[in-house]
Amino acid sequence: MFRNQYDTDVTTWSPAGRLFQVEYAMEAVKQGSAAIGLRSKTHVILACVNKASSELSSHQKKIFKVDDHIGVAIAGLTADGRVLSRYMRNECINYNFTYESPLPVGRLVVQLADKAQVCTQRSWKRPYGVGLLVAGLDESGAHLYYNCPSGNYFEYQAFAIGSRSQAAKTYLERRFENFMGSSREDLIKDALISVRETLQGEKLKSSICTVAVVGVGEAFHILDQETVQQLIDSFELVREDEPPAPEAGDAVADQSEASAPVAEEGAAPMDI
Amino acid sequence: MTKHQANWSPYDNNGGSCVAIAGADYCVIAADTRMSTGYNILTRDYSKITKLADKCVMASSGFQADVKALQKLLAARHLIYQHQHNKQMGCPAMAQLLSNTLYYKRFFPYYSFNVLGGLDNEGKGCVYTYDAVGSYERVGYSSQGSGSTLIIPFLDNQLKSPSPLLLPVQDAITPLSESEAVDLVKTVFASATERDIYTGDKLEIVVLNAEGIQREFMDLRKD
Repeated sequence: MFRNQYDTDVTTWSPAGRLFQVEYAMEAVKQGSAAIGLRSKTHVILACVNKASSELSSHQKKIFKVDDHIGVAIAGLTADGRVLSRYMRNECINYNFTYESPLPVGRLVVQLADKAQVCTQRSWKRPYGVGLLVAGLDESGAHLYYNCPSGNYFEYQAFAIGSRSQAAKTYLERRFENFMGSSREDLIKDALISVRETLQGEKLKSSICTVAVVGVGEAFHILDQETVQQLIDSFELVREDEPPAPEAGDAVADQSEASAPVAEEGAAPMDI
Repeated sequence: MTKHQANWSPYDNNGGSCVAIAGADYCVIAADTRMSTGYNILTRDYSKITKLADKCVMASSGFQADVKALQKLLAARHLIYQHQHNKQMGCPAMAQLLSNTLYYKRFFPYYSFNVLGGLDNEGKGCVYTYDAVGSYERVGYSSQGSGSTLIIPFLDNQLKSPSPLLLPVQDAITPLSESEAVDLVKTVFASATERDIYTGDKLEIVVLNAEGIQREFMDLRKD
């Protein structure tokens, strides 16, 4: 993506039919530290990498509880993410007040998407620079959605966003077919392995990652550091004994560097 | 010209009584479960007590539709507080919130007579008593509702409450043990049930202490 004369305003189309400001907003998501989500029939797990800007500072909060049955992980401009989380929390509280039942995730996600779309069609606004992985439970089961700055949203079995998310996505693509029937523990293990993929060889510790769970009979909550460290320890040991992936011939692929995402000049990112 | 009078009232009184007693490290909140209108009983099994936070329970008598609306509002505000502060609201904070919420409708009040009970930030029992528009005070014990005029003098006698007018200023906490306080509440309601037609059926007792919240029921006269 290069600077051009159609990228000053969000309300200016390019001759190729693209809104560059919106695409730049999606770039901001790619620059944020990684966030991963995966789901089974009964549980959804969110995990993210917590990189502090320096050793002296604290970590950015990237996973937010929205309601007992919904949580969100963000990547990109975390300030925008905080504001959107507050909006989501309010919507859940108001819906619950009126209807005495939890807001279905699918509805919340649409409201969020419509809110994002407004910012792509006003000259005095800018798009939100944050991607949201919304994890939630409703009557139809467990769901994971991804909300884009463009105002699009998609439902996923598993997804990763943020920097070096491609490595996690590669791992998830290999394993996702099993997720629907996975147990809660296996799902968390897969989430942690995905996080490790994005770390590119750096040691996976509970101090640099956060894991959150929501499931049938289990309200959304963030796992505490000790629990996460125990889980990391339990599968790190296993990894040294046996080949990392069950499929044949994948041992080498696991170790290789993930290629950096190639900027496509052709299709607009929103169309993927 | 006579003043135009309304031919209906937005309010109704569903009757019932509430009591709360604060101890050194516990708080007892109790209310009967009879809901009535006029001389009729609507149900014998309606709870007037609601948990607002881990350490804060409210009992309200009066117009139960307003009570329900008030409870919902406070629950929603509590959720917002938890999102913003990452912790539960303490009893003194909830007490102020309830007062502000009631006064907000100063010119179309919640017809709700409330008694808030819980543990303060130091773990000691606390009871706050309210009028319909939010005037409140921390006390060692209180009663609201149709039986309150029968109950309060008895509690005054048994708990020897220090008058706020006396000096030196004395502690508002009652020197009873938890089981003594529960027994006192049961006695008090049995007596109130005898003379107040709106109080009876069943007594719901909630005890808040360091272990958490316990609930028990006791039958009252059904006439």
